[in-house]
Amino acid sequence: MAVLRPSGRRALLASALLAAALPTVAAAEEAPALAIGYLALKLPRQLPSTLIEPPPQDEGLQGARLGLKDNATTGRFTGQRFTLEEHRTEAAEEVMPALRDMLGKGIRLIVADLPADMLLQAAAEPQAVLLNVGAPDDALRNEACRRNLFHVLPSRAMLTDALAQYLAVKRWRNLFLAAGPGPGDRLYAEAMRRAAKKFGLRIVADKPWTHDPGAQRTDTGHMSIAAEAARFTQGAPGYDILVVADETDDWGESLAWRTTDPRPVAGTQGLVPTIWSPVHEQWGATQLQRRFRAQAGRVMTPLDQAAWLALRAIGEAAVRSQSTEPEKVIAYLRSPAFEVAGFKGAKLSFRDWDNQLRQPILLAGPRSLVSVSPQPGFQHRTSELDTLGADRPETQCHAS
Amino acid sequence: MPRILTLPAALLLAGALLAGNGARAETIMVSNEKDNTISVLDGETLKVVQTVKVGERPRGIVLSKDGRFLYVCAGDSDRVDVVDTTSWKVVRRLPSGSDPERAALHPDGRRLYVANEDDNLVTVVDVERGVVLQEIPVGVEPEGMGLSPDGRYVVNTSETTNMAHVIDAGSGKIIANVLVGARPRYALWQPDGKRFWVSSEIGGTLSLISADDWKVVGQVSFSIPGVPREAIQPVGMAFSADASKLFVTLGPANRVAVVDVATREVQRMLLVGQRVWNLALSADGSKLYTTNGVSNDLSVVDIEAMRVTRSVPVGQAPWGVVVKP
Repeated sequence: MAVLRPSGRRALLASALLAAALPTVAAAEEAPALAIGYLALKLPRQLPSTLIEPPPQDEGLQGARLGLKDNATTGRFTGQRFTLEEHRTEAAEEVMPALRDMLGKGIRLIVADLPADMLLQAAAEPQAVLLNVGAPDDALRNEACRRNLFHVLPSRAMLTDALAQYLAVKRWRNLFLAAGPGPGDRLYAEAMRRAAKKFGLRIVADKPWTHDPGAQRTDTGHMSIAAEAARFTQGAPGYDILVVADETDDWGESLAWRTTDPRPVAGTQGLVPTIWSPVHEQWGATQLQRRFRAQAGRVMTPLDQAAWLALRAIGEAAVRSQSTEPEKVIAYLRSPAFEVAGFKGAKLSFRDWDNQLRQPILLAGPRSLVSVSPQPGFQHRTSELDTLGADRPETQCHAS
Repeated sequence: MPRILTLPAALLLAGALLAGNGARAETIMVSNEKDNTISVLDGETLKVVQTVKVGERPRGIVLSKDGRFLYVCAGDSDRVDVVDTTSWKVVRRLPSGSDPERAALHPDGRRLYVANEDDNLVTVVDVERGVVLQEIPVGVEPEGMGLSPDGRYVVNTSETTNMAHVIDAGSGKIIANVLVGARPRYALWQPDGKRFWVSSEIGGTLSLISADDWKVVGQVSFSIPGVPREAIQPVGMAFSADASKLFVTLGPANRVAVVDVATREVQRMLLVGQRVWNLALSADGSKLYTTNGVSNDLSVVDIEAMRVTRSVPVGQAPWGVVVKP
């Protein structure tokens, strides 16, 4: 708890309380600043599967900028400033030089939208503290974990656990799993298999999807997709729901409404477990959705949310630790006192065993919020949020 | 914001004397966030006697000093509607700044302090002239508004900045910023004017702040067997008539906590409707009314018996509640 007064003098209070000057223009300019880096590797995207959602060019960055703005508003009252150094590239070979350049300027806290292998390269720089907003890989939270690598976005295991809990509550226990050919698809399907086991679901059919969806824009393309989907699902053992693993958003939409038996679709399409969705309006989320739309002119995506949350986590640690020194801010991020609000009705904090941010997971349909996991009834000794993803007893991370 | 909370304690005490023997019928007003109405209930029969159409997403409601008007924060319409409490019609619209969520009326009866949730401002509105007097920049997502009983200080809480901003009502300047638990939503002064309480929805705590030096001098946290910690989300607060007890709504925990003001101990938990938001004391101090946002009803708590005696259906997503004696 801190009390901040406009007296201009600094007084240390009982529980690490500091008094700071109220914002005047001069004071704001002189105020100590915490510089935060934003480093993204954006590989050129293939054509989106639908024209209604063209992939935004500034995805993630806009979330970080809004987080910076929110931190700055608070900083006016605490006498702190925050700056954001942005580096977004399409060339993998530029990533490490850009990181070293940031470190050279004393920027140690870096929000990273990088694939898993590049994150590990970056984490090999001992001065860097990375906040992962782009890589859901479970390996990064387990055998490949790093002490200086925090994860703001949920792991695949958290997403699939969130879906599995909901299916268990619905008693939709028999799953048909369709996995795409991409490496992310395979890892998502693997996470789904583990989640099914963990929550007592059965995978009664497990098939790779190999059909090339390119035909959808040709005239009568819908016919070939419908025929393929019907063939794919024909003769499957009795199942309750079809789970698709298509992280590149390539073909996952091609199965709904076209299965041989009338069955709903979930996973990477259909009913989607996710950190964020434009349909989410609870717990004050409407405010954040509106602020984001006013700034960016589009809806907030999961990547924007993760980047916003990364900035807010850093801002919160700076305000509570009353410091803009990276060491102190990092120490506070790791401390048990750290918590940040994320518009999902629960305080969020980092798991001390793998640096993963514990958080509720939304289950979103295309136009409505269906549910939020953890589902009521899945109990845990310390936090119900830890029923999602790798819990302390099963973690393979030994670096933290 | 339930206007009753900022009524002078004397009035509450006077009301309390009437308790027990058929206090005269009061009027209960409830804002319904989703169907854009105010439900008006007869305090004796607990029946809805009027439903007043107002602007979009009405949440915070405040009674004028003489009780003739109800000020309604219509967030999505970006205005404050003024409802006549005899004709039950919207008779005026006040400017409010963007997205008004809660408001508090100065003891002078003229200055209405409005929290603009999506603009990081507190807007001061002259309710007689219908003009904006001042805009005060505060933290991100301002919500809670609490006037000190003597009218010297306005406390605003900002939900994402996690602070209580103490504003000098005379100059409109912020004189202190107090860091509190995550997502502070409501500020309530003790009737003695010596301290104020702030509820933190996500932090799950109450902070008690002294007006001597604006320091946090106490904290209250809650635990309920069988209820996840995350579901305990304190928002609305109201004092008992003698100010010895503080009633606190706990949101999705579906309970009202009873806190002993002197010892700061949680004495009781009262089970009410679902997603309880706000609450107000009856004029005679014998009952509490709570708005339950998910079960769409008003719970009536008998304070002496410490139990819920009635549940009254109102509109959709009831949020604010005030009582007119």
